[in-house]
This record gives sequence, C-alpha cells and structure tokens, in this order.
Amino acid sequence: MTYLVPLPVVMPLLGAALTLLLLGRPRAQRWVSLTVLTATVAVAATLLVRSSMDGPLVVEVGGWVAPLGIVLVADQLAALMLVVSASVTLCVLVYSIGQGMADGSEETPLSVYHPTYLVLTAGVCNAFLSGDLFNLYVGFEILLVASYVLLTLGSTETRIRAGTTYVVVSLLSSVIFLIAIGLVYASTGTLNLAQLVDRLDALPDDLRLLLQGMLLLAFGIKAAVFPLSAWLPDSYPTAPAPVTAVFAGLLTKVGVYAIIRTETLLFPGGRTATLLLVTAVLTMVVGILGAVAQSDIKRLLSFTLISHIGYMLFGVGLTSSLGLSAAIFYVVHHITIQTTLFLAAGLVERRGGSTAMDRLGGLARLSPLLAVLFFVPALNLAGIPPFSGFLGKLGLVQAGIDDGGPLAWILVVGGLLTSLLTLYAVARVWNLAFWRAPHPDMPAGDDAEQAARTDGAVEPDEGTAGQSGAVLPKLMIAPTIALVAFGLALTVVAGPLFELSTDAADDLLRRTPYVDAVFPGGAP
Amino acid sequence: MTPNLTYVIVIGVLVAAGVTLLLERSLTRVLMGVILLGNGANLLLLTGGQAGGPPIVGTTPQEEMSDPLPQAMILTAIVITLGMTAFLLALAYRSWHLNGHDEVQDDVEDRRIMDLAERDEGPGDADAGSGDDDDDDDPTGGNRPVATTADAGRTG
Repeated sequence: MTYLVPLPVVMPLLGAALTLLLLGRPRAQRWVSLTVLTATVAVAATLLVRSSMDGPLVVEVGGWVAPLGIVLVADQLAALMLVVSASVTLCVLVYSIGQGMADGSEETPLSVYHPTYLVLTAGVCNAFLSGDLFNLYVGFEILLVASYVLLTLGSTETRIRAGTTYVVVSLLSSVIFLIAIGLVYASTGTLNLAQLVDRLDALPDDLRLLLQGMLLLAFGIKAAVFPLSAWLPDSYPTAPAPVTAVFAGLLTKVGVYAIIRTETLLFPGGRTATLLLVTAVLTMVVGILGAVAQSDIKRLLSFTLISHIGYMLFGVGLTSSLGLSAAIFYVVHHITIQTTLFLAAGLVERRGGSTAMDRLGGLARLSPLLAVLFFVPALNLAGIPPFSGFLGKLGLVQAGIDDGGPLAWILVVGGLLTSLLTLYAVARVWNLAFWRAPHPDMPAGDDAEQAARTDGAVEPDEGTAGQSGAVLPKLMIAPTIALVAFGLALTVVAGPLFELSTDAADDLLRRTPYVDAVFPGGAP
Repeated sequence: MTPNLTYVIVIGVLVAAGVTLLLERSLTRVLMGVILLGNGANLLLLTGGQAGGPPIVGTTPQEEMSDPLPQAMILTAIVITLGMTAFLLALAYRSWHLNGHDEVQDDVEDRRIMDLAERDEGPGDADAGSGDDDDDDDPTGGNRPVATTADAGRTG
C-alpha cells in the first residue's frame, strides 16, 4: 500500500502540468482539476484507513535509503490532515468553477488559475507528508509561491498592494526557516525527522532551545500567531472569495501542523510550553478584539481566523495527550468551518454586492438559503453546543482544567471569553447583514424574483444583472452546502474522530511509532 | 569541525545588509535585501557540512570528501530564490505601472485609523496635518514617524 503515499503530491503536480498544456480550453482544464482532486481525496481516505490500522506508511523517494534519501511518512496525523484538506480544496474548486462560469469568464479565462491551484494542493500535501526538514521547506515554498500567484490574480491595484505585504512577510519567514535548517544540519548532521529525534536529544540544552526557537518563529509567522499575525487580515480579504477561503482553511493550518510536528517529535518535554500558552491566550483575545472592531465581513472573518489559531496552540502548549488530541480535533473543525464561512461571505458579496456590513441588510428575507448557509457555520465557529466547535473547545477546556496550573486556568478563561466574543462578532454580522431592512443600494427583490428576471425572455437591463448579478449560481451554492454538511457531520462522527485524534496524539507523544516506521531496524 | 571565521563574518555582513534593505519601503530594495539574506542563508548551509575534495568516488579518498548534502540543498534554495526574484521583480514592475512607484504601502486599517485620528484631532496628532516632507532625523519625537507613514500611505 505504500505506493499510495506519494500520490497526493504527484497527482496534483501532474495535473498542474496537464492543465498548463490545456491553456485556453477551460472545459478540459476543469475536468482535469476535478478528476485529480477527487482522486486525491480517495487516496487520502485510503491512507487514513491504512495508517490507523497498520501504523505509519513510509516511502523512500527514489529508492534512496532513509537517512540519505528523503522519506514521505503518512502517519495518522498527516493522513487526517490530508483527508480534510483534500476535501476542502475539492469543494472550493467546484465553487470557483461555478463562480468562473457565472461570470462568463469562458471568453476571458484566467488560465493560470487551475495549474496554480493544483500546485498549491501539491505543496500542502507535500508539507503534510514530509519526513524530512528540508522537504518540509520545499513543500512550504511550493504552496507559498502558488499562493503568491493566486493572491495577486488579475494584478489589480488593491491586490498588488496586499500581495506585496504578504510576499515580503512570507519570504522573511522562509529565510528564517532556511537558516534554522542550516543550523540544525550543522549541529546534528541530518535533516531526517526520525533520525533527528535521537540526535537532538543528545545536544546541549541551550543549543536545542535555540533551534526550537528558530523553527517556532518561522512556523509562527506562517500560522499567524499573535505578534506575527498582522500580515494576515491585511492581505487575505482582497483576494477572490474562493482563494481567500482555501488560504484561510489550509495555509495557516500547515503552519500549525508544522508546530505540532516539531514540538512533539523533535522537541518534546515542553520547554517552550509557557511561551506557547502565553502566545495562545494573546492570539485568542487580541485576534477576537480585532474581529469585533471590523465593519467588513471578510476582514472580520480574517480576524476570527487568527483568534482561533490560539485554541490550537493552547492544546499544543498543554503537552498532555488530551490537549494535543483536542488541538488536532480543533484543526480539523477549523479548516472546515473557516473555509465554509469565507465561501458564504463570497456568496454574500455576490448577492448583496458588497461585504461591507453598513451596505448590507435584509439578506435573511431576500435569500433564506444563504442565511442558513452563513448562520450554521457561524454558530459552529462560536461554539454553540451541538456543533463541532463546541466539542473541540470542550476538549480543550477539559484538558486545561486537568492541567490545573495557573496559566492553564487563565487560558481556560481566555478561551471561553474568546468563544463569547466570537458569538458577539458573528451575531453582529447576522444583525446587520441579514436581519435588518434591506439597504437601498442592494439589488432588490427576493431569490424567486431574481431568478424569474434572468430566466425570463426579457433581456436583463444593463445595470441590474452585471458582475454582482444577484442570482446565486447552483455550482457555487452546492459546494457551500456540502461544506456546511461536512461541518455538521463532524458533530455526528465526533466520537470516532476524537478517538482517532487521541490515537494520533498518543502516537505523537510516544514518538516511537514514527521512528520505528522510518527505521525498522533502529535509527542509525 | 570548526567553522571558518571568514565564512561567519561574510554571513553576518550579508544578513545584516539584507535585513537593513528589507526594512526599506521601496520594493526593489526589499528585493535586494531578500537576495542578500538568501545568499547569507545559503553560505550558512554550506558551513554546516564538512569541507574537502569533490565528493566523487574514485577522485577523492572517502575521509577527505566534502559533504555533498548542503550543496544539494543550496542548489534547491538558489532555484527557489531565483523564482522569487522573478516574481518580486514582476510585482515591483506592476506596482510601478499602476502607481508610478514601487513602495510598500500602509495597511488599509492603519490608514483608516490615522484618518480617523486626524479628523478627531486625536491624541498626539495635532500637527500631523501640516506635516512637511522632511526626513525622519527630525528630533520632534514620537508623533513624527506616524505623520510620515501617513503621507507615504496617502500617495498610493
């Protein structure tokens, strides 16, 4: 079964090459991308099943033996991340196809969109699967370069402005990561994660702390942890809705994944636990206070994204099995929900012509379906009981109380406060955009009237059915519904999912399953 | 293995110069900074491995070979830096095309807050409206940098 392991990286890359060859044939490009991503979801699901039955699956790339060559490792954590991220990218792809077709971009296609999107997927998968620090760097670079292109699509003035900040900050974090890699190699003579386990343990404490700090700094910028998060709300909201959605769901989570991996596998023992917990509470509270102050839905959601990264750090910082397991559960939940919310925001922009809350209103009456599609994930994000957001937060709070230290209690309080303020922030969106009377600037009439107007024999008048033509395309609604349902399904399967994340967390904390899988005869 | 002092000094200078340039407003200078920083990081990678003869079996005895792995990694890093340089150049060119300059502009939020502060005659901003275009070696204290960034932002 190990031949499956490289496929989530190889297939999107090949698909990217193929879509590049098919430039100018949007229909063929769409089918290639859809096929590739569907296959990736299937492979990822198989990997998840196999890795939870037989332990981590390992492939030595090119047949080079482990410490010399590069290994790809699919353990439970990596496979779980793969499944969730592949499903989310597939849904967002369908959404963007729907948006592209509705905007009539068949005549003027942004033909690099599909190849770049697939390269982004390959980079994300490579980062999850990598069993080698340098390969992790390469995975990061692949996804970052693809994200630069996606963020500046169309190269309009606002996107160039936002892209500049994003590119410069990301480049800096990449250089820091590269320097950290240089230092790790100089002090241990290897970059293979499994081999580093023993070699790092043998290093003097101060040197280890330096290496750990460098890696945390690099990943902290990518994960948008509080003092390093200012770039995110500045750059994400300007991109097209599907791009923002996939960035929000995946890119920061790759950073969180890298933090989880290095903190458990390479630097166990929690020497930076205090640092992680303090940044966690600051990220949560400062992030959500930023969200409360926003008047634009996309910017508000960007701030909730930062804020909820704090929950994951909280779980990692506790270094207990329950904390880590809750953090993994929370990552899965948050990837899904944050993406769904950004897709819903894209629909709001389409329906109401804007995402500025002072220019929206009455959407609940005008488009009840859209209201439901926003309302459910919004409550899920805030952590209202039956939803997965509540379960994840419950796990974290329990882990915090079990820990019992004063800092853990501060985090429990901070976490609950953040949850409450998240509810306040999304309730504000709900009140302003959905509940009050429709704004005079908005396209009038409810969904049925709009549909009748476009379906009718009469040509739509010049202005009304332009870019922000108020009918929502089915291909944009369907993937949003699918993701909302996926988010609800996380509640239904929460029991097995929590067991899975607990298994993954236990394996991470024991470290031996990972090392034994890479070096069956013991590390050299 | 002890690292070569020359290397260390060169790396230090490259990184210091790179960071200084990275803090500039002009994207072209930022690009130069990124290149210098990248080269510093590459040299650092190189010092991490053992120095010696070419690592080819038959030409050098095994003990005297240099470590090939850092060189492979540097090659990868150089290729990535090359791609990034091309992209940043394109970005700077496009920015110049659109705005007539390639300066990194202020955060939208920052600009809004500064506009608000100006309108309200907010704290410490009373003389910001009459901000002249002199450099930041002006010793008037805390509010001067705020005013200059506000001006830089508004030119965009």
